[in-house]
Amino acid sequence: MMSDNKNILFSGVGGQGILLASELTAYALLAAGFDVKKSEVHGMAQRGGSVTAQLRYGAKVYSPLIDPGCADVQMAFEMMEAVRYLPYLHRGSKVIVNTQQILPPSVATGQAEYPRDVLQELTRRGIEVIAVDAFAIAREAGEVRTANVALVGALSVQLPVDEGVFHRIIEEHVPERFRTENMKAFAAGRQAGLR
Amino acid sequence: MTERTADTIRWLSGNEAIALGAWEAGVRVASGYPGTPSTEIMEHLSGYEGVYTEWAPNEKVALEVAIGASFAGGRALATMKHVGLNVAADPLFTAAYTGGRGGLVILTADDPDMHSSQNEQDNRNYALAAKLPMLEPSDPAESREFVKIAFALSEELDTPVLLRITTRIAHVKGVVGTGERVESPLQPRIEKHPEKFVMLPAMARRRRLHVEERMQRSRALAETVPYNRVEAGDRKRGFITSSVSYLYVKEAFPEATVLKLGMCWPLPEKKIRDFAASVDELFIVEELDPFLETQIKAMGIPCRGKELIPAIGELNTAIVRKAIDPGRQPVELFESVPLPPRPPNMCPGCPHRGIFFNLSRMKLFVSGDIGCYTLGFLPPLNALDTTVCMGASIPMAHGMVKAIGPEANQQVVSVIGDSTFVHSGITGLINSVYNGSAATLIILDNRITAMTGQQPNPASGTSIKGEPAQSLDLEALCRAVGVKHVRVVNPHEVPECRKIIKEEVERDEMSVIIARAPCVLLPELKLRKPVSYYTNIDNCVGCTSCIRLGCPAISWHPLAEGEAEARGYKKSQKGYSQIDEVLCNDCGQCASLCKFNAITRGEPK
Ligand code: SF4
Ligand code: SF4
Repeated sequence: MMSDNKNILFSGVGGQGILLASELTAYALLAAGFDVKKSEVHGMAQRGGSVTAQLRYGAKVYSPLIDPGCADVQMAFEMMEAVRYLPYLHRGSKVIVNTQQILPPSVATGQAEYPRDVLQELTRRGIEVIAVDAFAIAREAGEVRTANVALVGALSVQLPVDEGVFHRIIEEHVPERFRTENMKAFAAGRQAGLR
Repeated sequence: MTERTADTIRWLSGNEAIALGAWEAGVRVASGYPGTPSTEIMEHLSGYEGVYTEWAPNEKVALEVAIGASFAGGRALATMKHVGLNVAADPLFTAAYTGGRGGLVILTADDPDMHSSQNEQDNRNYALAAKLPMLEPSDPAESREFVKIAFALSEELDTPVLLRITTRIAHVKGVVGTGERVESPLQPRIEKHPEKFVMLPAMARRRRLHVEERMQRSRALAETVPYNRVEAGDRKRGFITSSVSYLYVKEAFPEATVLKLGMCWPLPEKKIRDFAASVDELFIVEELDPFLETQIKAMGIPCRGKELIPAIGELNTAIVRKAIDPGRQPVELFESVPLPPRPPNMCPGCPHRGIFFNLSRMKLFVSGDIGCYTLGFLPPLNALDTTVCMGASIPMAHGMVKAIGPEANQQVVSVIGDSTFVHSGITGLINSVYNGSAATLIILDNRITAMTGQQPNPASGTSIKGEPAQSLDLEALCRAVGVKHVRVVNPHEVPECRKIIKEEVERDEMSVIIARAPCVLLPELKLRKPVSYYTNIDNCVGCTSCIRLGCPAISWHPLAEGEAEARGYKKSQKGYSQIDEVLCNDCGQCASLCKFNAITRGEPK
């Protein structure tokens, strides 16, 4: 018997607001009545390194870790980081990817090149890619730091949670002075995720 | 599914749940040293009323503070990461003899797979060696419960109790229940119990018997406690497991019968025997050492464990499933695609970067230590040559020079952060001065314990709650232990620092350079208006001087065929460098390296 739990992998670069995004997602799933477990690694990973958070939800969740080949949805905050965890995905996985590029040190110092056409690596393997320009959405919303909430908007389309639950969760958990901007970013992100 | 409202549940990490559990258990005093993955326990506990919390300079001190509180009748907690228990091992082994009055719980957080640690060690071995009961929760909900059990057990058995978690418990979030705070029935007050608290040989010999008798009682208890439980299922396969491994077993083999050990030391021998007899095949699933397996085999019970399950790194459901049942691999995995790695890096504007830039240009052997500055090892700086444990940088440099001879004085420097210096660097410095070392020490004083997330230390001037505290005067301290040459520099002034490092390294006596500038992630600095440096691309000649600093805000843009001339550069120019003004933290290190006036400071935005 395999469990019917669903798995979401968040990947990106330290400092992109991945923890808040995964937290908002977890709150929404909890509010919808699921059991949820989330695992993340702190410490060195926060210094601009590659970062992941793993979220699992269902009727009863035991393991906090997603098995290789078992991520149903990947929320990638950076283009190259969408491909780094390929062994966690399977044919039919959905990958929501922020089209932003953040150069790793070897690229920034001219020792290596940023790989071209990374996303094709995913589509070639039968993975559905939903590209979102979260940075542009965030700027449009009036606050560049809302890119992570825009991505939660795009992700929300894939989850069995009413849109209204997300609205309530965002209202409860983002700083009051950026609430309007965050709500705008969420709505625009959701639109982008629907396409 | 029915909608839930936020107030009917708590969504907590294992560390938050431990803080909650300790508070509900009526803890009075808690002391720790920050260390991933244990740090957030103290951070959260410091937010609760009715408990005294502090950051100690190291784990030995933290445990000693807790022992004192326990002797006075207060419930006490000491928290640390796995390697921290090595530092605290000295008081630990004797506290096992004295026991306490108020419940004494020692939290140790192991880091299998070394996500942010210098080694992988299984601290269950400390329970065995120090003759102490050890509890192991599996998830955040159990973490809260087990702290309470640990305090009660400590008072019932008159013993310190070890509570062991791992990264995948500390940093996993899950649904947790809550309850009321219940004060310990004991009243904190001065009570003299010399026969128990003074471990002179005659008394210690008597307490040694107590330790033995207590372990007997603990063993008996382990047979009946509800947290050592059998979960009945298909008897073909039986699993004995604990900690997070239990979750992987449940996920991989939900149908199997399982003996879950919430207490991993001492073991319930009868319960294990009965369980083993009830199943066709017995498997022991545990992360790291064959701790349970060795004991169970020593009972003469046939079982399989490490011959199937890796003893290195973390487990997960897939590893467990494949190890036990190799025929049942459900999915074919995609191969990974080669990509440039993305290692962690010192932040833009980090004060350490300027010092490491100089050290790497000066080609010195750098004896390093544990903290953000350990990242000075990475390219392009490559400026760290050793890292062993907290406080080791100074004695190691001393030892090297003694081994090589005085000519090495000018080739070896040690670097250590302010927090690490206070943790256990001071004793090393005293030794170096006393024994005539002439190696230069650089204290990278960024005013905080940065790597674990900006916790204050005795040199920071604030307490765990952010309230003002006496700040240790590092210059005066170095002078007091006998260092004659102490200089303070601003690490952001790169060329000036190089001059001073050179002067001090050439000196024939011990000298200390304090490189002082705050960590850019200090909350008070993050609030200030960002002024950034920017590149005047027209002036950039592509010399890469600034690139070699390795600041994440600066990147290299290669020029395509013919592009150099089109942009008005020399034909031979290969590229230009540019600052990302959003990332830049206004340190000015790069500007001091550019000889072509291509980097200037911008106006506040
Ligand atoms: S956290 Fe502070 S000390 Fe650590 S790398 Fe960043 S700026 Fe430097
Ligand atoms: S001033 Fe230069 S070195 Fe400092 S943070 Fe900005 S770009 Fe980096």
